Amino acid sequence: MSAARRCGPSRALTGLFVWHLPKPAVRQMPCKFMHCCGVANKKWITFQHLNFLKRMYVTQYNKDLSQQAKPKTDPVAPPFLEKKHLGQEKTVIREIRPVSPLHPSLSETSNRNEFKAVNSAAVVEDLATAGGVESKEEKQWKEMKLQLDDLPGILARLSKIKLTALVVSTASAGFAIAPVPFDLTCFLLTSIGTGLASCAANSINQFFEVPFDSNMNRTKNRPLVRGQISPLLAVSFAASCAVPGIALLTLGVNPLTGALGAFNIFLYTCCYTPMKRMSIVNTWVGAVVGAIPPIMGWTAATGSLDAGALLLGGILYSWQFPHFNALSWGLREDYSRGGYCMMSVTHPAMCRRVALRHCLALIGLSTMAPILNVTTWNFPLISLPINLYISYLGFRFYRDADRSSSRKLFFCSLWHLPMLLLLMLTCKKSLLEKEDKSELLS
Amino acid sequence: ASSFCPPAHSCNDWIGPPDRHSNLRPIVFHIPKNESPLGRRLREFRQETQVWNQQFWASQNVSFRKGKEEFVYSRLKAKGLERKDETGQKITLSAEEMADFYKDFLSKNFKKHVCYNREWYKRNFTITFLMGQVAFERAWRRLGWKKTKVGN
Repeated sequence: MSAARRCGPSRALTGLFVWHLPKPAVRQMPCKFMHCCGVANKKWITFQHLNFLKRMYVTQYNKDLSQQAKPKTDPVAPPFLEKKHLGQEKTVIREIRPVSPLHPSLSETSNRNEFKAVNSAAVVEDLATAGGVESKEEKQWKEMKLQLDDLPGILARLSKIKLTALVVSTASAGFAIAPVPFDLTCFLLTSIGTGLASCAANSINQFFEVPFDSNMNRTKNRPLVRGQISPLLAVSFAASCAVPGIALLTLGVNPLTGALGAFNIFLYTCCYTPMKRMSIVNTWVGAVVGAIPPIMGWTAATGSLDAGALLLGGILYSWQFPHFNALSWGLREDYSRGGYCMMSVTHPAMCRRVALRHCLALIGLSTMAPILNVTTWNFPLISLPINLYISYLGFRFYRDADRSSSRKLFFCSLWHLPMLLLLMLTCKKSLLEKEDKSELLS
Repeated sequence: ASSFCPPAHSCNDWIGPPDRHSNLRPIVFHIPKNESPLGRRLREFRQETQVWNQQFWASQNVSFRKGKEEFVYSRLKAKGLERKDETGQKITLSAEEMADFYKDFLSKNFKKHVCYNREWYKRNFTITFLMGQVAFERAWRRLGWKKTKVGN
């Protein structure tokens, strides 16, 4: 297929780097890439899913490159930090030769020998007879003993650290766009507090969803599903993030931000998570969850819930729909089998209609920005091209209702949001301008 | 039921690969020599929950696969096609064609899921709470022994 293109050195390296992305605690994470791929503050980790959709399934097991022959709707989270041999995947795994080393760390002879040794060992194992298959199954049993060296990686995955980072970015955007002089200490406290709150919420979400996560391809490699951590430890970790996080926001920033943070944790863990299996309304609740972090950033900076904060929240709220609805279009089988109530399964036409509606709403909200004194009139003008483009893709998705249009819309949403926030920041109404205006009026 | 037996020297639980039908990973629970009644209650409850979970998801997944197969067969038949093409490969329907099946399956199983969810949340909380109690009890015991050692 396009294997040759995908396995080209630079592409493979890109693939490897992107593959590294979910595990920032241990592997390097190119920040540029993060910024490019933008701010997707969906707490139901759609961002990871996107990466895997885009790339060929080149996974890395023990420095070994394997190609999984799997349909593209079933991305698998990389079992990256596993030192031991991994559990049996349902897909067929074929060994492919490692790409010729261009990357400095790969060019060392010892590594190459390791490659070959593991490669040949794996091949020998694959050729084993029935007796070998049985012992292979036995090898897949793991002792449930917590390894302290693995703990940072496990907690990073438990707290969906990448998603948390994106949530913190939207909160930072809210802080930066707020019309007050920039306070670095406040900014850092807000970021840390929001990050901790997000870690807590994500951990509780995983704690609740173990059997469901086991049954969905996207989520079957999570720490609790694999037994790498006990539920008790997961809950303790969540509590030890939530308490300092909310305390930091309430005492170090202001009580309003703290209250919003606590409310958001509650909304995500006690409303959205159980609702996913009861009613399609969960998507709207989830959109509110995504809208709150930038509002928190704004209230952290200004101390009050102004119209500007609500506008920013509104933009994030509207953005969630094209983003999530497009993604959920490709997950209908897993949702149906797992018992998740999503629009894409139960009300497909509404799913596409809502996505389109909110793409158009983004144009309206961008126009509101100068009216509410958040930005200058440049903003609706220069954001019009990208808003029109996402609306166009939304219309295509509405009309065509197929995989390709849903994917196009989803990928667009990933760069659309950071772009929009960046434009907002550059068009931010300067404080001097405002002071001049108020002087003129008085 | 798996034939796996953890090594004799191990004093931890062991977790296995995902089950073929339920996709859940089975756990073989370790029985410590000085297991307290609380510890035993936790272990037995976890074992029971595991069996209950396994039953639910295995039946759910099997019925999904069966329903999907029947749906595909009936749709292909309506089109006048066979189940497999000339090369012997099974013909699959596109996601758009399968959408009716997905919607139908979800609504048929909705009540079952509601009951399951309630039960699962209850069990999950109970297990975690018991784990907390057992951990506390163990810490307390260890503290008690240390005190007696110091005393002697």
